Amino acid sequence: MQDLLNIFVKSIFIDNMVFAYFLGMCSYIAVSKTVKTSVGLGIAVVFVLGITVPVDYLMNEYLLKAGALSWLGSDFADVDLSFLSFIMFIAVIASMVQLVEMIVEKFSPALYSSLGIFLPLIAVNCAILGGSLFMQEREYQSVAEATSFALGSGIGWFLAIVGIAAIREKLTYSNVPPALKGIGITFIITGLMGIAFMSFLGIKL
Amino acid sequence: MSEQVKQKESLFSPKNRKLITNALGKENPITVQVLGICSALAVTAKIEPAIVMAISVTFVLAAGNVLISLLRNTIPQRIRIIVQLVVIAALVILVDQVLKAYVYDVSKQLSVFVGLIITNCIIMGRFEAFSMANKPWPSFLDGIGNGLGYGLILVIVAFFRELLGSGSILGWKVFEAIGLYDIGYKNNGLMILPPMALITVGIIIWVQRSRNPELIKD
Repeated sequence: MQDLLNIFVKSIFIDNMVFAYFLGMCSYIAVSKTVKTSVGLGIAVVFVLGITVPVDYLMNEYLLKAGALSWLGSDFADVDLSFLSFIMFIAVIASMVQLVEMIVEKFSPALYSSLGIFLPLIAVNCAILGGSLFMQEREYQSVAEATSFALGSGIGWFLAIVGIAAIREKLTYSNVPPALKGIGITFIITGLMGIAFMSFLGIKL
Repeated sequence: MSEQVKQKESLFSPKNRKLITNALGKENPITVQVLGICSALAVTAKIEPAIVMAISVTFVLAAGNVLISLLRNTIPQRIRIIVQLVVIAALVILVDQVLKAYVYDVSKQLSVFVGLIITNCIIMGRFEAFSMANKPWPSFLDGIGNGLGYGLILVIVAFFRELLGSGSILGWKVFEAIGLYDIGYKNNGLMILPPMALITVGIIIWVQRSRNPELIKD
């Protein structure tokens, strides 16, 4: 239990998707103009990460890893399909996003109207694929660990995009040099936020 | 009209050359279109991985552009995103296997970012904006141009980060050679850490926009 909490807190603050690994920067910069839309996108990312990473974990464990196919019989015990992981992960992500979109549309129109437009965008968000690839690289021990990593990373991404959106809303009233306006100053502020987040590095978990 | 169409365009006509030169400056994928930033920032602590990354992306972009351009009339409009993802993923698997076989150390340094070429927005962006509507040869040039434009920024960022952060260029210790350490110079460790990549790119954007005021939009 304590392990799960450690992974959760670590992936929110220390291994933050945006500030430590720059994942999902494209939508991070394109969508962070207002707090409202970034809250929507942030929730959608938490949601999709929370679903795709566990599914990809099971894929990796029972299909792709070296020796993962041994449940099929001893003939398959030394098959290593891990070179296929990119294509499998992206297929899972694309279909999961489609599925989630349809389910949400059917059962919760209110949620759909606030998340709906962001869901297709998320299929090609590097934070989602990055979540699965980090899960594979760090070799988590169980589905529970992978899930808590996924939720933590999603919430870390959520915090980052809402933070930058709030700063950008205030920034419209400040006097930025014309050449630095827009994305230039966004990059620099994200860098400064990253330095602030680095202070969490001291925490031992 | 038909005469003009029949007249074969030379391979390096001014229009085709523009496909490459525009992407290096005025339509640079990173600093102007703001695409594919994730990997651009993450692999630039040293020059060597940055160059490997730039070559990999250029390869995937050029080959993918040609493939999509050849397939453009047969891909059904509704499922084009999936088809594009499959083409990219197949090419990226190729790149990943080659990197693992020949430059294993660099491939370890790049870690997940080779896989993340799949979701690099430059590639999807170019497929959607260019190769779905153009012939293979211009698409190839467009891919090379955008790949080089991406690589250019990567190498510039990596150059400053490695020079100021580790005092070396491509592993060769410049500052030690000219004796800067003897007079009390110290490496700026902050440059190697992730946040400085963002700030360096921000400054590059600032410099580029001050020199070309027409790029300033809002």
